[in-house]
Amino acid sequence: MNVMYFAWVRERIGVPQEKVETEAATVNDLIAELTAREDRYAAAFADTSALRVALDQELSDFDAPLTGVQEVAFFPPMTGG
Amino acid sequence: MQIRVQSEPFDAGTELNSFAQTRTDVGAVVSFTGVVRDTDGNLREMLIEHYPGMTQSAITKIAQEATDRWALADCLVIHRHGPLKPGAPIMMVATAAAHRAAAFEAADFLMDYLKSRAPFWKKEITDDGADWVAAKDADEDALGRW
Repeated sequence: MNVMYFAWVRERIGVPQEKVETEAATVNDLIAELTAREDRYAAAFADTSALRVALDQELSDFDAPLTGVQEVAFFPPMTGG
Repeated sequence: MQIRVQSEPFDAGTELNSFAQTRTDVGAVVSFTGVVRDTDGNLREMLIEHYPGMTQSAITKIAQEATDRWALADCLVIHRHGPLKPGAPIMMVATAAAHRAAAFEAADFLMDYLKSRAPFWKKEITDDGADWVAAKDADEDALGRW
């Protein structure tokens, strides 16, 4: 699936997006997988209460299933307006 | 309903003058323009990042809800991204309704939701460095009003 990062999450991980091969069942499982990979992921995902997630461009939850999802995006709370 | 996400500047006066001009059942037009604020006198620019795949649809959903809820005759949202200088317009909403209460409330609702639910992130580049603007708890709490 395509995993995207925005704002300081992008800066900490170092790429705006990447293809991730995963069998993760939920967003939390995906975060656990990425966190185990490298320190930069662990740094970005250290406090998920400071993060939001969108699945296929819709805001979602960290316990949401990833079945059929093609695009996951992680970002801090939005500051529009 | 008009939703525009753009890097180019816009002229709020021109936009407002042409807004809802084709409707004769409108008794009230309300507009809000958000401007880059240099709070401490050291802001070089504000960088606005967004999520292109999601921005248009997220704003459309918010604007559609406002239109339905307050029976708006028309609704305009413009939001910029990219590097912006202090004093530059960031975004604008305009609402047109039969009566002013609906137009004011719908504009207020749009602003509350655009702040916390439209995928934009602001970074301030100052003389002292660069920092992402943190979302305020008060902005999230404001959604509870609706």
